Amino acid sequence: MSNLKPNLSKEEARAAMAELKPAFSKQEALTEANRCLYCYDAPCIMACPTGIDIPGFIKKIATDNIKGSARTILTSNILGNSCARVCPTKVLCEGACVLEDREKDPIDIGRLQRYSTDAVLQSGEQVVEVSPVKSGRRVALIGAGPASLGCAAELVRRGHEAVIFEKKEQPGGLNTYGIAYYKMKPEVSLAEIEMIKKLGVEIRCGVEVGKEISVAELREEFDAVFLGIGLGDGRKLKIPGEDLPEVSDAIDFIEEIHTQPLEKVKVGKNVVVIGCGNTAIDAVSQAKRLGAENATILYRRSEKEMSAYRFEYALAKSERCEFLFNVSPVEIRETNGHVSSVTMVKTDHKAKPVEGSEITIECDQVIMALGQMKMQKMLAGWFPELKFGPAGNIETNPETQQTSVPSVYAGGDAANGGAEVVNAVAEGKRAALHLHSIFGGEEAQPPVQTTRYGMESPRGSGFTNPVRVVG
Amino acid sequence: MADLSINFAGIQSPNPFWIGSGPPGNSAHQCHRAFEAGWGGVVWKTIGEAIVNQSSRYSALQLNGQRMVGFNNIELISDRSPEANFKEIREVKDRWPDRVIIASLMVESREQWHEFIKRSEDAGADGIECNFGCPHGMCERGMGSAVGQNPDVIKVIAEWCKEVAEIPVIIKLTPNITDIAQPGRAAAAGGADAISLINTVNSITQVNLDTFCPEPYVDGQSSHGGYCGAAVKPIALNMVERIANDPDINLPVSGIGGINTWRDAAEFIALGSTSVQVCTAVMQKGFRIVADMAEGLSDYMDSKGMKSLEELRGRALPNIQKWENLNLNYARIASIDYEKCIGCNLCHIACEDGAHQCIDLVHPDTLGVDEGPGRLPGKSIPKVRDVDCVGCNLCSVVCPVDDCITMVEIDTGKDRMSWSEYQAAMAAGDMEPIPPHP
Repeated sequence: MSNLKPNLSKEEARAAMAELKPAFSKQEALTEANRCLYCYDAPCIMACPTGIDIPGFIKKIATDNIKGSARTILTSNILGNSCARVCPTKVLCEGACVLEDREKDPIDIGRLQRYSTDAVLQSGEQVVEVSPVKSGRRVALIGAGPASLGCAAELVRRGHEAVIFEKKEQPGGLNTYGIAYYKMKPEVSLAEIEMIKKLGVEIRCGVEVGKEISVAELREEFDAVFLGIGLGDGRKLKIPGEDLPEVSDAIDFIEEIHTQPLEKVKVGKNVVVIGCGNTAIDAVSQAKRLGAENATILYRRSEKEMSAYRFEYALAKSERCEFLFNVSPVEIRETNGHVSSVTMVKTDHKAKPVEGSEITIECDQVIMALGQMKMQKMLAGWFPELKFGPAGNIETNPETQQTSVPSVYAGGDAANGGAEVVNAVAEGKRAALHLHSIFGGEEAQPPVQTTRYGMESPRGSGFTNPVRVVG
Repeated sequence: MADLSINFAGIQSPNPFWIGSGPPGNSAHQCHRAFEAGWGGVVWKTIGEAIVNQSSRYSALQLNGQRMVGFNNIELISDRSPEANFKEIREVKDRWPDRVIIASLMVESREQWHEFIKRSEDAGADGIECNFGCPHGMCERGMGSAVGQNPDVIKVIAEWCKEVAEIPVIIKLTPNITDIAQPGRAAAAGGADAISLINTVNSITQVNLDTFCPEPYVDGQSSHGGYCGAAVKPIALNMVERIANDPDINLPVSGIGGINTWRDAAEFIALGSTSVQVCTAVMQKGFRIVADMAEGLSDYMDSKGMKSLEELRGRALPNIQKWENLNLNYARIASIDYEKCIGCNLCHIACEDGAHQCIDLVHPDTLGVDEGPGRLPGKSIPKVRDVDCVGCNLCSVVCPVDDCITMVEIDTGKDRMSWSEYQAAMAAGDMEPIPPHP
């Protein structure tokens, strides 16, 4: 039993976890929308993995056509409302904005996208069209995360049936349970999923494939299967003390923040986070906000080598989170069965331990943020002929998201190894468009501007063809 | 510092900046504030027989988030009594003897014109301005623009005024007429001492799509208003030039219409205005804007080595010619500076859809240019097809980057030839017709 306690009152916790980027007022949105140049063949569209017609939706805000603006966004990206909050826009659309270099101040695309999609989610108006013609084709989707939601919504819009199976109580996957609270509250993700359900997507929560329903039954009952199962448990360091009660995985720590009132979340006074990816930053920032006096990241490589975005790193530093680089934990020590310190050794430039360089820092909580493991074993049990890439992710055709198994598709973290929500949606959508063509529909083109030349340029390719990376 | 003083039809003013007749010049209180801020003169809000106003009165055109790009009103002339207005003119003139006060008047009969001119002179006004311009309300009663749209009536009333006036008589014209030269010539024929223009343009600024009632809203209805503000400046400049360049008029001009900045003022003066009048900009920002106008105009004149406004006045007039006199053999083409181009491609789409289809989108490698500010690697960039560019300016107008697209003069190797000369040369059999554009 952990001896951690909540640090903050209800009011304190709410204030500490308040949204980093609050919603635009109408006047703010209009001013920002009017700043957009309405580029032709715009680079922001190229940078968006889902290929949203960004200048188009911004122009519609400027003309007070808010419903149309939301329609433009949601027809390209059904999770456009949460992506508006959680996308790393600085390295995607906003990083590509032509104003980035000119004025050092790109258009605040994320908040504009939130402005119009918030409006339709609040009004409850259904702005996305659903085909009145039904094909009778049915697709089973495993896992109710962004990839399956993106795929299912696109299928339903094009007249096919989509049923999502989710083992957890609530749908949304990491979008509901794993986003830093100050970026997006879980209610936002759930409200968005309600909108998707209204389109006709069926979500069966609390149904674990392999237990409540078998893969064989799914293959029997459905025309195709989409694997949007995400990743598995967090990696371990395999050092002494990892099983102490105050040691947890970052994903579980963040999920705790999302499944109980903020003032009930237990956080130590001296929190150590091991690892330095974006999830580690989310964990250390939230621990600090929830009342940790010291929140420190330990990373076995150098500052330059961390995988976290520079803007996430800057955010954590601005909150006075601390960073120890080139250190490798060797033991989590205990006093009376509870975490009391972490001992580590320094590492050299190749991340190899330096002998006799032991350091110990006191702490009462340790959070592991070393990435998640692949669920290769479980998947191989479901589909013995399923092929995997060298990193253990499901191998897919990048054009269609087809796996090596006929009529089995995959997208999201399970296929890409771990990327953004927007990538998962894009992959789900791509799978749906291919299924649509298989089901006898027409080949679908993403809704983007067409140009004489521009058709050759990568559009909606995002991280596949990275645009300039900024800060 | 350049000398900003002017002599307008015999009226000395320390600078050319006058408050145009309207709400800002409706009381002694406002005039004191205007003169404290540095305005050279005030044209008092039009004085006439008692009227009653509506509520509400103003509305505005907003554009791309900008407030009051254009402004509209259905307010009538001063709703204060002539007694109060003349008394306050006297009060202001006594305190500010070096500043100009023009009494704007609007009455009906010859006797009334005589009476109101006499009362203006008694109050110490430096001149009168006959309001023949207001396009709402008063025109329904045969005054304002109803007069300004009838040159014969303008001439008659100008003559009535000149029968008694010992101070200069300025005729203020309405733009709501096909040929502004006609009322201008009538004013001159009637003996007027000067012309001011433009008054407001007939307008409806917007329709409320819920109530289907335009603004300004008066109990579920509205009326045609008078339009002014920055949006009307091009219309005003055109009409000022027409009056200033007309050899049959030859009167001092007070330029009005959308003047917001020193630059606007300088343009009106370069097209022949002696004084300029500002009203809407003051309604939006207050009297304080005159400090920047005076400073900017003075600095500009210094930079051009101009000692007095006489050196600026009318400087652009000779350069406004009939179309038939312009050189057909002149050519310029668009040139894109790839050091500045941000790759927004607005020039391409404007040219492609809206003009002459001569800006292509190409891969940057084909041009051998480096990455520019804001441009992504491999992202298409615009390229002008020089041989097809007609030099229309559209791309340089839509380009959001200063000095990125410039229009470069090219040598056509041909002598100057206007349309008139071309017609004459063809008639004389000296040249073949120019082939039509493909």
